[in-house]
Amino acid sequence: MIEVSNLSVSFGSGEARRQVVQGVSFVVGKGETLGIVGESGCGKSTVLRSLAGLDRHWEGDIRLAGKPVDRERSREQLKLAQMVFQDPYGSIHPRHRIERVLAEPARAMKTGDGWSRVAPSLEQVGLPANFAERFPHELSGGQRQRVAIARALMLEPEILLLDEPTSALDVSVQAEVLNLLSDLREERNLTYVLVSHDLSVIAHMCDRVLVMKDGTFVDELDKGALEKGETHHPYSEQLFEASFL
Amino acid sequence: MPAPETVLSVRDLAVRFGRSGVRAVDGVSFDLGTERLGIVGESGSGKSTLGRAIMRLLPNAAHVEATTLDFDGKPLLTRPEREMRTLRGNRMALIMQDPRYSLNPVLSVGKQVAEAALLHAKIGKKDAYAKAAEMLARVRIADVERVMGLYPHQISGGMGQRVMIAMMLLAKPRLVVADEPTSALDVSVRGDVLNLLDDLVRENNSGLMLISHDIRMVAAFCQRILVMYKGRVVETLTKLDEAQHPYTRGLIASMPDPRNPVRRLQTLDRRAIDAMEART
Repeated sequence: MIEVSNLSVSFGSGEARRQVVQGVSFVVGKGETLGIVGESGCGKSTVLRSLAGLDRHWEGDIRLAGKPVDRERSREQLKLAQMVFQDPYGSIHPRHRIERVLAEPARAMKTGDGWSRVAPSLEQVGLPANFAERFPHELSGGQRQRVAIARALMLEPEILLLDEPTSALDVSVQAEVLNLLSDLREERNLTYVLVSHDLSVIAHMCDRVLVMKDGTFVDELDKGALEKGETHHPYSEQLFEASFL
Repeated sequence: MPAPETVLSVRDLAVRFGRSGVRAVDGVSFDLGTERLGIVGESGSGKSTLGRAIMRLLPNAAHVEATTLDFDGKPLLTRPEREMRTLRGNRMALIMQDPRYSLNPVLSVGKQVAEAALLHAKIGKKDAYAKAAEMLARVRIADVERVMGLYPHQISGGMGQRVMIAMMLLAKPRLVVADEPTSALDVSVRGDVLNLLDDLVRENNSGLMLISHDIRMVAAFCQRILVMYKGRVVETLTKLDEAQHPYTRGLIASMPDPRNPVRRLQTLDRRAIDAMEART
């Protein structure tokens, strides 16, 4: 579903130029969930933003659904992958009603007016349809993150890119959102790339985990290794110890 | 666990907001000795309000009532604001969640820590700087000279939280209220910050209240845990295995644990919890 080879991203120019992602390659199969774990500033979100088409100065090759994508994406290419952001308080327009928030992707991509799909999309993420009338401030953090997930699914993408989707939420609400994501994955056979610094969330959701440090992947762990706490690199061992006090 | 000496004694503490009288904290009682006490609950359970009520940092719209609220054997609620100001920072200290917002963005790190030293110990400017450097070294900041010249936006979150801890421990407080001190930090620095806090609190022989929503972290770090739900303490625990209340059990079960993988996470059954609460 996703093939990335030799992806590099740099910011700044001249002496201040810093290579944030240093030639990483990975493959994600259809229906698979890949986790990327690492500290702040290791480049994990940048990888995700390049996949989504938000960062446009990457180098290397990205193929989504078998086709190479450009730096400037066409509408067709943008529709392949959608993103859910970390902070549900910041990622939804505070002065738009929920119906407008949800209709926006369809309107922007010119795939119909989108209004008629608002109610079913709310129900699909477990919210009552009359929430369409509300403003974001009338919703709790968990409900807002559900809206963000519904919005990402409006264009019926095959890939969902999740950037710390639950780190702003309480543990009890986090459980609800993670369950919702698991259910949607099964229903729609979605492919996820999940970025987080929380290994327990990653281990719960993902089939495979890449450990990232300073712009490169230092370790790859599968489900079995995660359960047993097996690691192949001192850094991932360190992360494991810090995560499970 | 009977504490050797009581730092803080709280009986029937209640906090009401506004005229409608919604109780954010409702009848909370506990004693804090020279120990680490964890306070756990969801957002809105009243855990932060409890911490702030003890520091008397709530806005005027909040009505704080208690039959007893004694700090070091003397009542807190009747003290005038002037006395409270000398107490705060000196004898009792608060560490907040995000160092990016609690440090002054336009002062260098060295200046801020020195200011704290200047305010709490009656020493000159030069000594204050020396003291600040010493404290920063104590919280294991490498290259103290360089860091003192940096501004808060130039340092990482973990380092910022260490600077906060250094500032607050200058005065050797008796009571430390840490409100989610690690939730803005990466997991990899979380352990360091907690251990540091523990060392310094132990050294000063003070009492620590650790407020957090992460029940597993609190259980690993604290000797006693109060679990709060809707403003009330529903359970006091020393170990997670002892949890009886459905709320506490729900909180524990809703955290993913890679060592016991499950297909679906358990979510809180709020109806069962409220039913249980109604009975008691």
